[in-house]
Amino acid sequence: MKQTISVLVENQAGVLNRITSLFSRRAFNIDSLAVGVTDDPSLSRITIIVDSGNSVVEQVEKQLNKLVEVIKVRRLDESALVGRELMIIKVSANKNNREHIMTICNICGAKAADISPTSMTLEISDTPERVRTFEDMMRPFNILEVARTGVIALQKGSGKI
Amino acid sequence: MEMTGAQILTEALLREGVEMVFGYAGATICPIADALLAAPGLGYTLVRTEQNAGHMASGYARVTGKTGVCIVTSGPGATNLITGIATAYMDSIPLVAVTGQVPSIQLGRDIFQEVDITGAVLPFTKHSYLVKDAAQLPRILKEAFHIASTGRPGPVLIDIPIDVQDQLVQDVEFPEAVQIRGYNPSVRGNDKQIINVAAAISSAQRPVICAGGGVFLARAEEELRDFAARTAIPVVTTMMGLSLFPTEHPLNMGMIGTHGNAAANKALAKSDLLIMIGTRVADRAIFSPDEIQKRMPNIHIDVDPAEIGKNMQSTIPLVGSAKIILQQLMERTLHADCGEWLSQLQALRREELDRTYPEQEGFVFPGRLLKLLGERLREDAAICVDVGQNQIWSCKHLRLKGGRFLTSGGLGTMGYAIPASIGVKTAQRDRQVVAVCGDGSFQMSMNELAAIRARGLDNKILLLRNGVLGLVHQSQTRPPYHGPFGVHLEGDPDFAAIAAAYGIPSLRLNREADVESTLDAFLAEPGPCLLIAEVDPAWRTTD
Repeated sequence: MKQTISVLVENQAGVLNRITSLFSRRAFNIDSLAVGVTDDPSLSRITIIVDSGNSVVEQVEKQLNKLVEVIKVRRLDESALVGRELMIIKVSANKNNREHIMTICNICGAKAADISPTSMTLEISDTPERVRTFEDMMRPFNILEVARTGVIALQKGSGKI
Repeated sequence: MEMTGAQILTEALLREGVEMVFGYAGATICPIADALLAAPGLGYTLVRTEQNAGHMASGYARVTGKTGVCIVTSGPGATNLITGIATAYMDSIPLVAVTGQVPSIQLGRDIFQEVDITGAVLPFTKHSYLVKDAAQLPRILKEAFHIASTGRPGPVLIDIPIDVQDQLVQDVEFPEAVQIRGYNPSVRGNDKQIINVAAAISSAQRPVICAGGGVFLARAEEELRDFAARTAIPVVTTMMGLSLFPTEHPLNMGMIGTHGNAAANKALAKSDLLIMIGTRVADRAIFSPDEIQKRMPNIHIDVDPAEIGKNMQSTIPLVGSAKIILQQLMERTLHADCGEWLSQLQALRREELDRTYPEQEGFVFPGRLLKLLGERLREDAAICVDVGQNQIWSCKHLRLKGGRFLTSGGLGTMGYAIPASIGVKTAQRDRQVVAVCGDGSFQMSMNELAAIRARGLDNKILLLRNGVLGLVHQSQTRPPYHGPFGVHLEGDPDFAAIAAAYGIPSLRLNREADVESTLDAFLAEPGPCLLIAEVDPAWRTTD
């Protein structure tokens, strides 16, 4: 089962290395990991998606907590979180199919970020499922390149970790 | 006050109460050497290879309860130290390891003797620092000693580029306390869980206490003995928990595990409540945790929450210091009604202790030798044991009256015993200290006979010589393998001549009839002494 772990860490050089090293050393599999600074410049938030059973995820949380530079670790309730992923996707496009592509973009809430005579670069920020749907819809147009950020997430409501 | 980074380091070490540094010189720690020269309050032991600086600091730390300190140079000095650090990490020994580093502006350019040591030790240090500004050193050192010695102890590495050692800092202030927002280990046990533990103990008929190295680390030896005595619950220990109880203590059933005693393993297998204190359910101690977990409820007391549920699910988890938790438990009324269970186990234990030993012309059996050695040691003696058959024989047969048993339990590092015993002796000159080695492990650390001689120590070393890497030999001569390979120590030197070359006398033993008188002569030797006992290479640890 996919589970989302939100980790607050010291915003210092080497912290991400400690975290990824921990995952490989303890043989934990991660689906995605996204990191960025928070409103407090001394803190970064790392969002980790783990696809494992409860006992493994519990070990992940405990091992993360042992790292000195990790300040808080919280497993987010899947039904009570806002999770988004950003994808930039480049597809082959020309005057014959551009409109068709734009129709799909409108349906999926994606935007054109760049255009050339033979290609379009599109961006979408949404839940991982909807991002995947959009990617599937683009497949017939010959995908040239894809970049995605991995999910970032916060819990719903006014609470904070 | 104006100080260099190196002077800040030595001053901080003195403020932390450090009395001894184990180290090896090198180009990138010349500023630190210069500061040590000006700090006569800091003792210094020169090792002969950096790995042993880690082991000596480990021996030192384990008997004093203080944090061991080693200082080595960059590059090969630092990589040689890695095994020492990993050994300490696996056994949760508090160390602060300082490494020199190339100038900070040249980091990453692969210059002479540069290695990314903080990266290399990442998986087996509790924490590490690469210092970029000497002004941060007072804080970093305060944090390093705090992190190394609190919670679940462990090694902390501080990598200091040579220019940072030379950097002048104005108005240096040394902090009195640490503030690390991400580090706050639990000490007290949850009160509700304490009640649950007390209730579980009261309703058990066949409870057993399984005590590990964490009891020493928490300095909870007294509390554990009180707790066991008060409840009359039989005790088994892991290898790291050996010497928590004297061998012949009526509640002590011995060591559990793959190489453990029958009484101890039976106690574990047949109990109806397993009370684990300061032990991490390591595979050599608890071979099939899934099976044990199915058979009986368990109470798991550990300072590291990540150990609970890592290898075995716990019925009643209890996070905190073993010392404080045992005190909390003893504030409650504890009933354990397990007299019949205890006497069954005691009978089995007695049988094991009264066993006879095999005999072979021209050899002495290690079991009998170690039993008689233990009986001759002073009550507070420290015995440092290496890795291999010598370790298993020592665990099984040494008759400990108390004192302290030290070995590399987690990593199983050959060559640990001699440097660890030097570390003990350096801290406690009046303590009787004996190292036990095989001829494989002896040759991994025999260069440290120089440290014994240089510091005028009176360490005793018992060498069980059988010309083979016996424990691996045992594995290789069992299916699915087809026979021994690479385990015969051809080219073994004349060990007496090696000792003599360092000015250390030696004794030889190859007749059972001579064991007692030779042991007496060995222990009576005023200075250091090597006792070489001839052991039949055919003997196995199960004999």
